[in-house]
Amino acid sequence: MIESPFFASQPDRVGEAPHHAHLQAAECECVVVSNDWVNEEYKLMVLDAPPKALGVRPGQFFQLRCPSPDGAEVWTRRPMSIYAAYPEQGRLDFLYKVAGRGTQGLATAKAGGTFNIAGPFGRGFWLEPAWKNIVVLGRGVGLATMAPISQLAAAGGVGVTAILSARSPSLAMSAELFEGIGAQVIPVLDTDGTSDVGNVERLIEGLIADGRADAFFTCGSSRLLALMKRLGKAHGIPGQVAMEQIMACGYGACYICVKTFEVNGERVLKRVCLDGPVFDMQEAVGW
Amino acid sequence: MVDLSVRIGDVTLANPVMPASGTFSYEVGNIIDINRLGAMVAKTISREPRWGNPTPRMAETEAGIIQSIGLPGKGVRYFLDHMIPEYKKYTPPLVASISAATAEDFAAMARDVSVPEVDVIEVNISCPTRDPSGGNFALHTEHTRNVVSGIRAATDKPVWAKLSPNAGDLVGIAVGAEQGGADALVISNTFLSLKIDTDTFRPSLGNKLGGLVSPALKPIVLRMVYQCAKEVSIPIIGLGGVTKAEDVVEYMLAGASAVGVGYAAFRNPSALTAIIDDLEKWCERKGIARLSDLIGAMIDEPPADTMDAAARPL
Repeated sequence: MIESPFFASQPDRVGEAPHHAHLQAAECECVVVSNDWVNEEYKLMVLDAPPKALGVRPGQFFQLRCPSPDGAEVWTRRPMSIYAAYPEQGRLDFLYKVAGRGTQGLATAKAGGTFNIAGPFGRGFWLEPAWKNIVVLGRGVGLATMAPISQLAAAGGVGVTAILSARSPSLAMSAELFEGIGAQVIPVLDTDGTSDVGNVERLIEGLIADGRADAFFTCGSSRLLALMKRLGKAHGIPGQVAMEQIMACGYGACYICVKTFEVNGERVLKRVCLDGPVFDMQEAVGW
Repeated sequence: MVDLSVRIGDVTLANPVMPASGTFSYEVGNIIDINRLGAMVAKTISREPRWGNPTPRMAETEAGIIQSIGLPGKGVRYFLDHMIPEYKKYTPPLVASISAATAEDFAAMARDVSVPEVDVIEVNISCPTRDPSGGNFALHTEHTRNVVSGIRAATDKPVWAKLSPNAGDLVGIAVGAEQGGADALVISNTFLSLKIDTDTFRPSLGNKLGGLVSPALKPIVLRMVYQCAKEVSIPIIGLGGVTKAEDVVEYMLAGASAVGVGYAAFRNPSALTAIIDDLEKWCERKGIARLSDLIGAMIDEPPADTMDAAARPL
């Protein structure tokens, strides 16, 4: 059983980040413990982090100052939600796909070196006490974001079913982590067709019929978000989605990271960094 | 004890470091101590709510970021009713920044925000991405003089005119703003730019054109501040590429009375307070008791021996 750092003793909601707590988010220098490949596309970075960074809640993110991959400047920090936090060990984990210049630079960070992060930022996931069983659905790098909320739920005695979607078996990650916290893991893959929306829909319908879906959580795919949103609406099941967007400041000032949401039938723009990154699934238009 | 205070006309700032409009709001009170800033500069507001420009709103280039936000906001009514009370929980002077499409509406907006809680009105006549083609008042001397004089007649508040680096004759426009009655100049807004995605052949920004934001702008804007300071007698706020205390010193030596900081706070959320701390240490190290003595203190004449060397035949 992995220890849970997230058990906040709030009266009604569990895990919710304190909003606008004074001087809550700050820059800090961490030390890179390791930064290794977990498969051909993803790396896991483990940081030795100071206590103020370790108060991070599930779904919250840090702004990482990525080294340059090519000698030219990386001008903005890169937002990344945490994969795990272990306050006792002073440890913060990030699981990331090496894609653009920021993550290419991140991939060059060497163990023993210092690494500057700012945060934690944003509004994370939360759990309502009435939810006894939740379903988390993650694809690709979205899996990383789903880990802390699953851990929090499991530590609080909430049943977790984790549907983990990936292109191929070698890219399927985190099954051990989710199993380690006591989640029931259902891997689905593109290579054998099990990740097909129709199949995932049948799986979720089955969980709903078994009474194992009091709330939905997702990240990482527009089509899986659309599926969960539709099923949630049809069955009256609440849901939360963690969003991603090109970001600059990370704290609500610049309005660069806006995305479209639908609130009471009206289309509105919200800032992913400060109004999110976790949103009510029914308000989301696309991931 | 170093005196970091500066005066911009009738307004005294505890120090010369303030956020650039559009990179700050009272919401950053959860990450920095707002009371330490020289001033609070609110994001530019328009009369009616605006959604702003389509995403993506930012792209990285080799030499900085280009961005095109398009002045999203909830309108002047919301600013007055809901945002000003939040700003007034903090002590630095409040600079309200306004935008409008016509000179008449600019004047009306200035009247609307002339409430006791607002200390200064910044007139953003230079946003490069409000109009899709990048046009604005601050590209022309006549338009600048007219819009500023209309605003001047509409309010008793100090008026700071934010100018555009995209104008051909910036010095002439600075003089026009002074003649129109501006109390200070903010030099400058961002540089109109374009980035194209070579995979899709499309512009990288939703709005196509954006403003370049970068430390690379500092030498260029510093030159503009220097040239304008020679020709106007009103104070100048230098804005472009400040990332450290020495950059503030440079701007002041060039003739600025204060500086705005934008990008640096994206890179490090606590950049402004760190720059203020470093500025005080820099003054202590250099034995400078009063920071405002540096304004315009660049030594213009080259050293005599350099002149001799230049005059000598090869």
